[in-house]
Amino acid sequence: MNIPKNLKYTSSHEWVRIEGNTVFIGITDYAQEHLGEIVFVELPEVNDEVTKGAPLAVVESVKAAADVYAPLSGTVSEVNEALLDNPELVNQDPYENWIVTLEISNPAEIEDLLDPAEYEKVCEQEE
Amino acid sequence: MSRYISNTALQQEEMLKEIGLNSLEELFRDIPKEVRLKQNLNLPEALSEMDLLKHLKALAGRNNNLEDNICFLGAGVYDHFIPSVIDTLISRQEFYTAYTPYQPEFSQGTLQAIFEFQTMMCELTGMEISNASMYDGASALAEAMLMACQAVKRDEVLVASSVHPESREVLKTYARARGIKVKEIGFINGTLDLEELKSAISSATAALLVQYPNFLGAIESLPTLAEIAHNNKALFVVSADPIALALLKSPGECGADIVVGEGQSLGNPLSFGGPHLGFFCATEKLLRKMPGRIVGQTTDKKGRRSFTLTIQAREQHIRREKATSNICSNHALNALTATIYLTLLGKEGLKEVAYLCLQKAHYAMEQITKLPGFDPLYTAPFFKEFAVKTPVSPEDLNANLLESKIIGGYPLQKVYPELKNTWLLAVTEKRTKEEIDLLVEKVGGK
Amino acid sequence: MAQNKQTPLIFEISQPGRKGYSLPPCDVPEKEVSELLPADFLREKPPLLPEVSELDTVRHFTRLSQRNYGVDAGFYPLGSCTMKYNPKVNEVVSRLSGFLHVHPYQAEETVQGCLQIMYELDRMLSEITGMDRFSLQPAAGAHGELAGLLAIKAYHTARGESRRTKIIVPDSAHGTNPASAAMAGFEVIQVKSNAQGGVDLDSLKAAVSPELAGLMLTNPNTLGLFDENITEIAEIIHAAGGLLYYDGANANAILGIARPGDMGFDVVHLNLHKTFSTPHGGGGPGSGPVGVKKDLIPFLPKPLVEFRDGKYYLDGDLPLSLGKVRSFYGNFTVMVKAYAYILSLGAKGLKEVSENAVLNANYLLQKLKGLFLLPYDRICMHECVFSGQNYHSQGVAVLDIAKRLLDYGYHPPTIYFPLIVQEALMLEPTETESKETLDEFIAALKAIVEEIQTDPELVRSAPYSTVVQRLDEAAAARHPKLRWQPETNK
Repeated sequence: MNIPKNLKYTSSHEWVRIEGNTVFIGITDYAQEHLGEIVFVELPEVNDEVTKGAPLAVVESVKAAADVYAPLSGTVSEVNEALLDNPELVNQDPYENWIVTLEISNPAEIEDLLDPAEYEKVCEQEE
Repeated sequence: MSRYISNTALQQEEMLKEIGLNSLEELFRDIPKEVRLKQNLNLPEALSEMDLLKHLKALAGRNNNLEDNICFLGAGVYDHFIPSVIDTLISRQEFYTAYTPYQPEFSQGTLQAIFEFQTMMCELTGMEISNASMYDGASALAEAMLMACQAVKRDEVLVASSVHPESREVLKTYARARGIKVKEIGFINGTLDLEELKSAISSATAALLVQYPNFLGAIESLPTLAEIAHNNKALFVVSADPIALALLKSPGECGADIVVGEGQSLGNPLSFGGPHLGFFCATEKLLRKMPGRIVGQTTDKKGRRSFTLTIQAREQHIRREKATSNICSNHALNALTATIYLTLLGKEGLKEVAYLCLQKAHYAMEQITKLPGFDPLYTAPFFKEFAVKTPVSPEDLNANLLESKIIGGYPLQKVYPELKNTWLLAVTEKRTKEEIDLLVEKVGGK
Repeated sequence: MAQNKQTPLIFEISQPGRKGYSLPPCDVPEKEVSELLPADFLREKPPLLPEVSELDTVRHFTRLSQRNYGVDAGFYPLGSCTMKYNPKVNEVVSRLSGFLHVHPYQAEETVQGCLQIMYELDRMLSEITGMDRFSLQPAAGAHGELAGLLAIKAYHTARGESRRTKIIVPDSAHGTNPASAAMAGFEVIQVKSNAQGGVDLDSLKAAVSPELAGLMLTNPNTLGLFDENITEIAEIIHAAGGLLYYDGANANAILGIARPGDMGFDVVHLNLHKTFSTPHGGGGPGSGPVGVKKDLIPFLPKPLVEFRDGKYYLDGDLPLSLGKVRSFYGNFTVMVKAYAYILSLGAKGLKEVSENAVLNANYLLQKLKGLFLLPYDRICMHECVFSGQNYHSQGVAVLDIAKRLLDYGYHPPTIYFPLIVQEALMLEPTETESKETLDEFIAALKAIVEEIQTDPELVRSAPYSTVVQRLDEAAAARHPKLRWQPETNK
C-alpha cells in the first residue's frame, strides 16, 4: 500500500497536498483498492463553497459509491475534468490524479489532518 | 401437506434429525413465547383446485368485462387491441418466474429485452436514454418531479391541471414528503393557460409538467411550453401517450428534458387498474440522476455482446438513503409486454393503430355532436379522446348505456367541479363504426 | 438454457415491408390527417421500430427466454427474494376475462367481484399479520415502505408532532429502508447490530429522541435471525413516542407462527410477490400492500374498499389520508393471485409454508456449516447467511463461488448482502423445495469447495457453460451504451 510521505491524510481516506493557500485533494491508494474499478467521479462545481467534513465529490465503482469529504473548508477552485471521461485514472495513480483543488479559508484546520504514519495506522485498524 | 410442499413427513423427520432437533416446533424456539401465535389463523378453509376455480370464476362473473361490453371509457386506461402472441410469449416461465436480472450470465433474455425496450422508448419519445420501467405513469411523473428538483436544485414545480387527476394526486403525495411546492396551472379551451403560466413561472421553478395529449383529450403545443420553461432555466417534463407518439411530434423534438408516461396501451390489459407500466426517458445529461434500473451493453470475456444492469451506484442497494429513488422491483413483465407489442406492430403498425384511433374518435365526435344538446367542449386538436357537453348528466347517460352493454365515458365533473354535464369519451381502434353508431343512437334515444 | 448462439437484436433482423400485425380496414369515413391535426403537430421522422413477421417475433422472444433462468427450471435460493414455486392455477384465475378486461373507472355495481376480492384480501392479510387494515395500493415492497412511512408521518403531523423527523434503521436493513425513509422526507439514523445479529439495545436507546418518528425493522432480520428482544425494542420505541415499521420482505418465516401486530409493530408491508407466491416476472410487477393498526387507518392511501348494504364500494372520502402513491387501486391481478394462494392453503397450509421454509433453511445451514464460516451460529429462520471469507487465502471471492454455481445449473444465492457480513452468502431455499433438491445443491457446493482446493483458477474464471461468460461491467458503466443505434448513427 502506497502512502506518500509528502502528503497529509484524513481518516476517511482522502489525501491532501498543500501548496500555499491551494490544496489538491484526492482519494488514497487504500481507498481506490477497496472500491475496485472506478467507473464514475461526480465532481462539484467550481466556486462551490465547502466546509470541512461535508461531501465534496462521489467516486463510484461498479458495486459501490463512496463520498469524498472535504478535508478542509474553502472554495472549489478547480475540478479534474479528465476524470469525467477516464475515471479509471484514479485506479491507475490515485496520487497523481487529484479530484479537486480548494482555496482554503481556514488554514488552522490543517493541524487536524493526519500525517502518513497516523494514516497508516488507520488503514491497519480497518483491515 | 399441501400440493405446493415437496417434503414428505418422513423427510421432515430426517431433516430435523440432521439439524439435531426433535420437532418442527423447536425451529421457532428463538421467538419469545409472548409473541408466538397461540391460536390458528382465522382464515377460510383451504379450497381444492376445483373449488378454487369455481369460486374465482363466480367472482369474475360479477364484473362486467370489456369482451362482453363496448367500451368508450378511457381517462388514462385504454381498451386497445392485444395481439394473441403476447400472452404466449410473456407466459414463458423463463421470463415470468425469474427474478430481477442480477446474474447477467443467467438473465441475458430479460436483459436484452429491456435493452430493446429502452431503445423503443427512446425512439418513441425522441429522448436519449430510458430506464427499464416504473410502476405506472403516475409514479413515473412523481419521480420525474423529484429528479427535476434534484437536477436544478429548486423546490417548486408547476403542473398543468389538465394532467391526469390521479397523477396530480400522486405528484402531490411525493411532493409533500419532500417539502416541494406544487402549483397548478389551469387551462383555456382545453390547453394550458399561457398567461397564467407566464405569471406563475419564476427562478424558483424547477420544472413544468404537462400531459400530451392531456387528460381532457386536447393536444398541447409543446415547443411553446418548452421555451417558456427553458427561459426560466426550469426543466420541461412531458407525460405522453405512447400510441399517440406514432403520429404526433415526439416530446424530444419539442424540447422536453424528461418524458414519462403510462405504457398500459402497449399490449397490457386494463386489469382493473394494474399492473400496467410507467416509462421514464430523459436527456443523457440527467443519466446519473435517473431513478430505477438501467440496462447497458457490454462484452463478455470472450468479446461477445452482452447486457447487464448498469450505473447502479444511483440505486438503493448501493446508495441507501442517498439513492436517486427507493424503487427496486419495477414492472419488467409489463415492459416485456410493451416490447413485444411494439415489435409486432412495428414501424407501420403503430402508425396504423394511431391513425385508426384518430379517424374513429373524430367520426364519433362528429356524430355525437350532431345530437341536440351535445356540443364539443373544446375546439383544441385531439387524438383518441374528446370531451363533449351533454344535455343531461353523464351519469344518467352511462346508466342507460349499460343496459345496452355499452360502457360510457368519464364524467369530468368528478375532478373538475366546474365542468358540469361534460363527458370524456375515448375511441380506440377496436371500436367499429357500428358500435359508434349504436352509442350515438342510444344516447340520442334518451 | 440451450441458446449459446448470440441472439441479434430485434432491430437487426428488421426487413422493410415485413409486418407482424393485422388490423381491420378503417370503417368510418376517412379524412386527411391534415384536416384533423395541425401540420406542425405531426411527426415527420417515424420512430425506428422493427419491421418483423409474427414468426420472427415469436422466435426472437422464445430465443431470448431460452437465455434466461426461472424457478420453473430449477432451484433459485436467492436470499431475501423468496423464490418459491408460482402456482399455475393462480395464473389461470388472474387471467379470467372478468378480471383482466375490466376498466378501473367502471361503475361500482359492474365491478363487485373485483372489489370483493380486494375487501377479502385486506381482511386476510390483516389476520395473517395481526393488523387492523390494509391498503393494497402500493405496487412493490419499496413502494409499500414509502406508503407506510408517509402514514407514520401523517399520523405524527395530525397529532401536532411534525417535529418527529427521524427514522431509525438497523445497519443490517435492506437498502430500500433508508432509501424509502429519505424519499418520505425523514432523516435516517443507523443503529448497529449486536453480537447475536439483532438490534443493539444500547445503540437503540442512544438513538431515540423527541424527534423520533419510528423504527424500520425486518424480523426475522436480513441475517435470517429472529430478534428475541423484539418486545423490548417495541417498548423503547413506543416509550419515545415513535412507531414500529415492519419490513415484510422476510414474512415467509412467520405465517401462522407469529404476527408483527402481536410483536408491537404499528405498520407492516408485505411483498405478495415473495411470501404469497406471485411470480417476479424478471423484476416485477409485484405488489406491496401496507397494513396498519387501528389508530393509523385514517392515514392509509385512498381509496379503501368498504362493504355496506350488501354492496362493495370505494371510499375515497378520507380527509386524513396520506393521499395516493400510484394511480387506481394497486396491481389488481397480482392481488388475485395472492388471494387464490391464501384460499388454496388456508390457515394450516400457510403454517406449513413457514415450517417447511424454516426447516429447509436450517437443513442448509447445518449441512453447509463445514464449508463456509457462520458468523451467527444459531437456529435460523427462513434463510441463512454464511461468509465465504475462508477462501480468501486461495484468492477466491464469494462472487466466484456464485458464478461457479451457474455452471452447476443453479441460480446463486444473494451475495455481498447483508453488508454487515464480509463476503456474505445468503441462502433462502423456500418451502417448496424438496430434501433431494437441497442435497443436490449441497453436493454442488461441496464440489466447488473441492475445486477451490485443487484448482482455484477454475472457480475464479467461472462460469463456462452459460450463454455468456463474465461481463465487463466496468466498461458498461464507464461508457454507457443504453440503446441500440442504427449503423449510420454509430
